[in-house]
Amino acid sequence: MNYSIEAENLNLWYGDFQALIDVNVKIPHGQITSLIGPSGCGKSTLLRCFNRVNERYGNVTTEGKIEVLGKNIYDTDVSLPELRKAVGMVFQRPNPLPISVYENILFGLRIHSPMRSITKADADAIVEEALKSVFLWTDLKDKLKARATSLQLEQQQKLCIARLLPLKPKIILMDEPCSALDAKGTRAVEELMEILAGTYTFVIVTHNMAQARRVSKECIFMFLGELIEHRETQSLFTDPQHEKTSDYVHMRYG
Amino acid sequence: MNILRKKSKANLPFSERVIELFIRLCGISCIIFVFGIFFFVFREGAGFLFNGLNLTEFLTSVEWQPTSLNNKRYGAFALIVGTFSVTTLAMCMAVPFGLGAAIFVSEFCSPKLRETFKIIIELLAAIPSVVWGFIGLTLMNQLIIQVFNAPIGLTMLNGSIMLALMSVPIIVSIAEDALKAVPDSYREAAEALGATRWQVIYRVLLPAAKNGLLAAVLLGAARSIGETMAVLMATGHSVNIPSGPLSWIRTLTATIAAELGEVARGDEHYQVLFIIGILLFTITFVVNLIADLVIKGIRQE
Ligand SMILES: Nc1ncnc2c1ncn2[C@@H]1O[C@H](COP(=O)(O)OP(=O)(O)OP(=O)(O)O)[C@@H](O)[C@H]1O
Ligand SMILES: [Mg+2]
Repeated sequence: MNYSIEAENLNLWYGDFQALIDVNVKIPHGQITSLIGPSGCGKSTLLRCFNRVNERYGNVTTEGKIEVLGKNIYDTDVSLPELRKAVGMVFQRPNPLPISVYENILFGLRIHSPMRSITKADADAIVEEALKSVFLWTDLKDKLKARATSLQLEQQQKLCIARLLPLKPKIILMDEPCSALDAKGTRAVEELMEILAGTYTFVIVTHNMAQARRVSKECIFMFLGELIEHRETQSLFTDPQHEKTSDYVHMRYG
Repeated sequence: MNILRKKSKANLPFSERVIELFIRLCGISCIIFVFGIFFFVFREGAGFLFNGLNLTEFLTSVEWQPTSLNNKRYGAFALIVGTFSVTTLAMCMAVPFGLGAAIFVSEFCSPKLRETFKIIIELLAAIPSVVWGFIGLTLMNQLIIQVFNAPIGLTMLNGSIMLALMSVPIIVSIAEDALKAVPDSYREAAEALGATRWQVIYRVLLPAAKNGLLAAVLLGAARSIGETMAVLMATGHSVNIPSGPLSWIRTLTATIAAELGEVARGDEHYQVLFIIGILLFTITFVVNLIADLVIKGIRQE
């Protein structure tokens, strides 16, 4: 079995508060893994460790080891821009940049390549391909110059996925990507993930257990900073091994 | 249902009605003052402006001889050039410093350092302009003589440096507000795509905050254009089309300040000074109006 992410003895503190307690996890390559658990149990925190975006908050201390694609990302020689190029992230609230649709898609490439090294023809082709992979091309091909922040939420979220693709990431992290969307938008994003899985490894945090069951092959249940159970999704839901998991999947925590 | 109904004015207690009236008066008085000032300045200058003054000469001639006995001339061109050149040079210094400081304060500072910085910047803004003029007259004067080997240090450069120091605090505080108003999710989005700090700043923050930053620059410029005392003291105060930063100049504001005390009320010279006032009023009004429109533009987004 091939693993995209392997975390060992991961502990994390926000100031004095320990948000992750001795987490060990292996996330398989090329499929969708979901991360569930009650509010505040550390799902987002764990997810945000995988591309080290947690460190934006000044008060974070991390201990342990996380190997992403076979490399410990806490080694001193790791380059954050390179890590984040390989590990893309989609946030809870769609957050396209306040520039055009076209420039949003190219943003990643532009910051990772020398000035003016992308020709207009290449750029056009890249934008078209990225938008086609998220099925936005027909809707947006005449609106490439429109401000991305003026699109519908569903389109914004798909655009946020599309803008990761030109960087050819290996892993895409998603933190409740559908919570700002309606049922139709949710369905569309899920379908998109199913199509893209295989090419990319997905880790998705969700509050929606039905969604976890629909899209993910493996599922991780967390509780108060600890990883309680990590198994194949269907068996985690039908035959939970831990009492806490069982309580949660039977909605006893609300 | 009676209790829930909105109280009509009539049954407000007397004291509240008095307070409301008072606050209303305060609000209206602001408007009255602005119009009142404009009206007064305009009235004093209007007679000569429409009847007697050669407007073309006023705007294009460099001959400013209001006190000559047999050849009075009111050419304000050199004064206009003086005001604009000293302001432009001041902005060339103040804008990079002001925006740089704003970026530093909003993006790089620890919260504690930020507070200290803000206090210092407010202090800088509170220094009276005559004190700046005093510094220009003594310290900066000496410095320019030594550094540039100039015969005299009271020059456009000197005035610009003083104006720059005065407008930097305005630019910093408005620009910092503009940067703060950029949602953190934009920074996070860019960082998660692998942008470095500098890339976040010049690819995301500056474009996102550009209206606010422009407004900051314009308000800083408006401050410079209207400034009087410091430029009167630091620029040499002599009517001259500057040939470089080390030329002396005279500004519109300084002319009014220096000459208004010595003219007879109502004569031509007196009225011309008021016409200069109208000109200044118009310039700063336009600059402020543009800044306002720019700021409104941000809000609508
Ligand atoms: N920047 C921070 N500073 C301090 N504490 C934080 C910070 N971010 C999160 N926490 C705390 O860490 C714990 C885990 O937070 P996290 O956001 O990872 O939870 P979550 O499982 O994603 O919750 P939710 O389902 O509500 O998104 C919470 O108790 C939270 O209060
Ligand atoms: Mg969360």
